Amino acid sequence: MQIAWDSFTPFASLAGGLLIGLAASWLVLMNGRIAGISGMLGGLVDRAGDWPLRLAFVLGLIAAPLAWRGLIGPLPLPQLGTPLPLLLLAGLLVGIGTRLAAGCTSGHGVCGLSRLSPRSLVATLSFMGSAGVTVFVMRHLLGWS
Amino acid sequence: MAKLLSALIAGLLFGLGLLLSGMSNPAKVLGFLDVTGRWDPSLALVMAGAIAVAFFAFRRAEGKTHALLGDPLQLPDKSRLTLRLVLGSVLFGIGWGLAGICPGPGLVLAGMALPAGWWFVAAMLLGMLLFRPLSRCLP
Repeated sequence: MQIAWDSFTPFASLAGGLLIGLAASWLVLMNGRIAGISGMLGGLVDRAGDWPLRLAFVLGLIAAPLAWRGLIGPLPLPQLGTPLPLLLLAGLLVGIGTRLAAGCTSGHGVCGLSRLSPRSLVATLSFMGSAGVTVFVMRHLLGWS
Repeated sequence: MAKLLSALIAGLLFGLGLLLSGMSNPAKVLGFLDVTGRWDPSLALVMAGAIAVAFFAFRRAEGKTHALLGDPLQLPDKSRLTLRLVLGSVLFGIGWGLAGICPGPGLVLAGMALPAGWWFVAAMLLGMLLFRPLSRCLP
């Protein structure tokens, strides 16, 4: 293993993580809900009775870049290199998989692990594992990007 | 109204955290998942930071029946291990590893008015729609 020190951003990543933890804390203490993004979206797709709350949370996420530009300044530029067909396949798998598993990186990875949930630990190890294997196959076996 | 505003604030804070942490940069996420290549460990700190804060909030919440704004606490089951949980997580991980985008960052990228973000979110929502008919064929 080789560490990419040039792209290591410990302070920004830790601070961002604290902010994510604060957001999850806020939602559970104020609204009594798990800050799980796939769960919130899934309920919107299924037209659950509490859709206004779900929509408000989702709109907050979508508006975050706008708020960043207003409060902080220029946005950090994301680097995207996935060709469109692969991007669509990725989105489809993320949509089906997170509904099937009833959670994603936020619901299982952040909230579930914070609750010391064995269910979320199994989910997190499973998606981290399969994501790692996927990147390995794409980059080192198939030689993409 | 206060409840909706509160959920909006939580979403905003979450999104700002994703932007600051680097989670909304797919190349950085893929660098974190590429353990055998040039590994960027930054995102481990995102998870550590988030859990370090949320752990205390959930510990406080677990003993209560209602949240501060009056709604009942809705916390999912913690212990039931199913085939669906593992299969779904593995599928999700493959999708995450293909593009470096999970649901939260997908919404943030869409909010940056990036066509790639829109396409990803559209495909993800389609996947969520397809889940219901598919769900009946699974154990």
